[in-house]
Amino acid sequence: MDFTLKIWRQKDAASRGRFVTYHLEGISPDCSFLEMLDILNDQLVQKGEDPVAFDHDCREGICGACSLYINGRPHGPDDAITTCQLHMRRFRDGDTIVVEPWRAKAFPVIKDLIVDRSAFDKIIQAGGYISVNTGGVPDANTIPIQKEHADIAMDAAACIGCGACVAACKNASAMLFVSAKVSHLSMLPQGKIEAARRVKAMLEEMDRLGFGNCSNTGACEAECPKQISLSHIARLNREYFKAILG
Amino acid sequence: MSVLNAKIPSGPLEQKWSYYRAHQNLVSPANKKKLDVIVVGTGLGGASAAASLGELGFRVKAFCYQDSPRRAHSIAAQGGINAAKNYQNDGDSVYRLFYDTIKGGDYRSREANVYRLAELSGPIIDQCVAQGVPFAREYGGLLENRSFGGALVSRTFYARGQTGQQLLLGAYSAMMRQVHLGTVELYTRHEMLELVVVDGRARGIIARNLVTGAIERFSAHAVVLATGGYGNVFYLSTNAMGSNATAIWRAYKKGALFANPCFTQIHPTCIPVHGEYQSKLTLMSESLRNDGRIWVPRKKEDVEKIRKKLIRARDIPEEDRDYYLERRYPAYGNLVPRDVASRAAKERCDAGFGVNETGLAVFLDLSDSIKRLGKKVIDERYGNLFQIYEKIMDENPWENPMMIYPAVHYTMGGLWVDYELQSTIPGLFVLGEANFSDHGANRLGASALMQGLADGYFILPYTIQNYLADQIKVPRISVQSDEFALAEKQTRERIERLFSVGGKTPSERLHRELGKVMWEYVGMSRTKEGLEKAIQMIRDLRENFWKDVKVTGSNDELNPELEKALRIADFLELGELMARDALHRNESCGGHFREEYQTEEGEAKRNDQDYMYVAAWKFLGDDREPELVKEDLEYEFIEVKARSYK
Ligand SMILES: Cc1cc2nc3c(=O)[nH]c(=O)nc-3n(C[C@H](O)[C@H](O)[C@H](O)COP(=O)(O)OP(=O)(O)OC[C@H]3O[C@@H](n4cnc5c(N)ncnc54)[C@H](O)[C@@H]3O)c2cc1C
Ligand code: SF4
Ligand code: FES
Repeated sequence: MDFTLKIWRQKDAASRGRFVTYHLEGISPDCSFLEMLDILNDQLVQKGEDPVAFDHDCREGICGACSLYINGRPHGPDDAITTCQLHMRRFRDGDTIVVEPWRAKAFPVIKDLIVDRSAFDKIIQAGGYISVNTGGVPDANTIPIQKEHADIAMDAAACIGCGACVAACKNASAMLFVSAKVSHLSMLPQGKIEAARRVKAMLEEMDRLGFGNCSNTGACEAECPKQISLSHIARLNREYFKAILG
Repeated sequence: MSVLNAKIPSGPLEQKWSYYRAHQNLVSPANKKKLDVIVVGTGLGGASAAASLGELGFRVKAFCYQDSPRRAHSIAAQGGINAAKNYQNDGDSVYRLFYDTIKGGDYRSREANVYRLAELSGPIIDQCVAQGVPFAREYGGLLENRSFGGALVSRTFYARGQTGQQLLLGAYSAMMRQVHLGTVELYTRHEMLELVVVDGRARGIIARNLVTGAIERFSAHAVVLATGGYGNVFYLSTNAMGSNATAIWRAYKKGALFANPCFTQIHPTCIPVHGEYQSKLTLMSESLRNDGRIWVPRKKEDVEKIRKKLIRARDIPEEDRDYYLERRYPAYGNLVPRDVASRAAKERCDAGFGVNETGLAVFLDLSDSIKRLGKKVIDERYGNLFQIYEKIMDENPWENPMMIYPAVHYTMGGLWVDYELQSTIPGLFVLGEANFSDHGANRLGASALMQGLADGYFILPYTIQNYLADQIKVPRISVQSDEFALAEKQTRERIERLFSVGGKTPSERLHRELGKVMWEYVGMSRTKEGLEKAIQMIRDLRENFWKDVKVTGSNDELNPELEKALRIADFLELGELMARDALHRNESCGGHFREEYQTEEGEAKRNDQDYMYVAAWKFLGDDREPELVKEDLEYEFIEVKARSYK
């Protein structure tokens, strides 16, 4: 398969970026999207040109490192997968593919397609945990948890922290990400104890870091590779009202 | 008498760890904050250690090469974590987990370490639940278990197909809490490139800031490496793209012994290789063997038709299928350990029964279970794995059995550590997959997560104090010493040397070539001739690398090409050590299979007389052969037997 790629190139945070066009030929449909970029980079390096920088690590949809805004969609045209799980068979021979980094105030570009997502870590630092130290905890089976609740907690905990929700949102809000953690922990008896403090601290930190507000457009849910549902945002809102009223 | 002293506490097996703790030195709360610890790696081993040390009051600096500690490759573990809770009342116990692990490792691990691991397995689950890890539960609200290979009990705890993710997020959040409290300082996108040893003690590291390219010095009273496995020496593996050996390799070159480098785990159930451009291999969790059956056609005609896609797997009647694991190992069936399952798959494929175009695939068939339990139950257990498979293979695994083949997955070898997890360099501790402890010549499924967390939550935070207790008078270590300056200079020179080669070939291509040699000669089955050849080929590749590699850009920027080249340069040295270790071990044991040493039935044949030891290698210089140092393994408590799963 042959492709025309329009890729965002930006030397570093301080420089201005621009699109550069590349042509690739003879790509196998079974090639993954990132392997296609590997092939491009192999050619660029052989020519002595600077290869395209992008984040990636596990290449199986779980670490959350890969990002990329492909033809106007975070993680590309397929639903419920990450960019590293996207394969070229999903495109048509001869297609032009536009590749950009996540764009959000809280995620500044570092180079080419790589952005700085450390704001997510900061939100977790503010309260995305249960405050227990190592040791001295009760036997695991002394805390029975209704299966349905554990399942909802797991649905929420499946978030990989990729940031697609922020990239998809016109306000660049991190609400889906924050709600996934709040929801995960507030569904569990262990997590309820600090629920009020947690939700307030995480939302405050989110605002402080320059993420926008949530206006319930649902773009985040549509683009989330792990199908984190808007119902978690609803739960976060309930937790928040409980916290400020209680 | 071993030359290496593992410092195993005396006394009965069940009391060694409590005896150790009762007699070790501790550091007072007031002194803890005067002591710095560097933790390199934020996977299960590193994150749990950093969090626990921070909670105790030590000053921790934590490093990872990813943009967030949550992306360490532990995140990718799918199937589960073992613990001898006996919640299922099926006869499990600490002793049984200990025994299964020693036997699974083919009697090449230390009794005392493994017993402690089994003892700590229960508290790990308690800890994780307290942190909010959403393990699978029964309708009654209690925890559910599944079975893994090499065991006759159900002791594996899991969170759908994302157990590693959930455990890591637990450890990560505990660590983030400490970052918030100011005890842990986080250095993401930092790659350790050198260890700094001052007066014989590990005192710091040189790391490259991957965003700016700055070469930075960091000092501490002790250094902990938890940098994961080195399976990427094979190029294709289930490891992450960035997984590397650099941290432990640099420590080896600074004097830490490297133990059992050739003990590599080839995992039986991975998605088969399908193209030259392929960058990595994807695991299909061993847990699938709970509900799946592995087979190939019995008749060659059917094999031909399957390969030509004239028929599908389901068209082959039951009597024409060869469930070869059930046939060869009736007692354990599809749940034999990984080394056994991998070799059996290779045996069938070598005999011409492989089921895809390349002839290198077998079926993993869940259709019986889907029929019996319904799609919903299977989807709950393995849904994400089915999705991963479908995306890569473009085939619906609900309708056709999966095709799988063995792939490099885990490295049992690593830096040698004693009972305290301390390497041969005082003050250098090694955790998780980066050390060699506990798994012998083959690791049982769901035991790496257990080991990483045991090391980080429950072992290191104690044992490191035994070392730090006499360091309380040592002031904060300065980074201005000659040793730091020299280590920094060496690092800069290595980088400059890479740029100055000015060759034509991207490093990735050279890595791929190394991988081919490793897979062919140092992979699933090895011979004397093959290994000798491999050593020569790896040397040639290395020479070629330093003549022909092309690294673009400069040091002073974010430069993935430089990052790769630095890692590959180290793999090119490590590969040779692995071949050398495999060549010296004239026996087959666990994942190390030497064709010359097998039983008539094709099973691994150990030689306990001559090889019941840990082979630890000591670096003597780039142009000298390393020295072999042995730690004899003594089995005081269990009877050493031939390993049988029949
Ligand atoms: C696909 C897959 C599935 C698995 N499934 C299971 C399972 O179900 N059950 C089980 O028990 N085990 C499983 N394993 C094995 C297990 O996941 C690993 O052995 C374990 O998680 C390793 O943890 P770790 O903390 O040692 O290293 P890792 O999690 O690999 O972490 C390494 C850390 O070191 C850092 N690092 C590495 N090099 C450097 C450097 N030079 N400088 C700075 N930082 C560095 C990285 O950034 C990272 O933070 C699986 C493994 C894989 C690959
Ligand atoms: S909520 Fe979804 S899109 Fe947002 S970070 Fe998590 S996984 Fe990514
Ligand atoms: S590279 Fe890990 S999720 Fe894509």
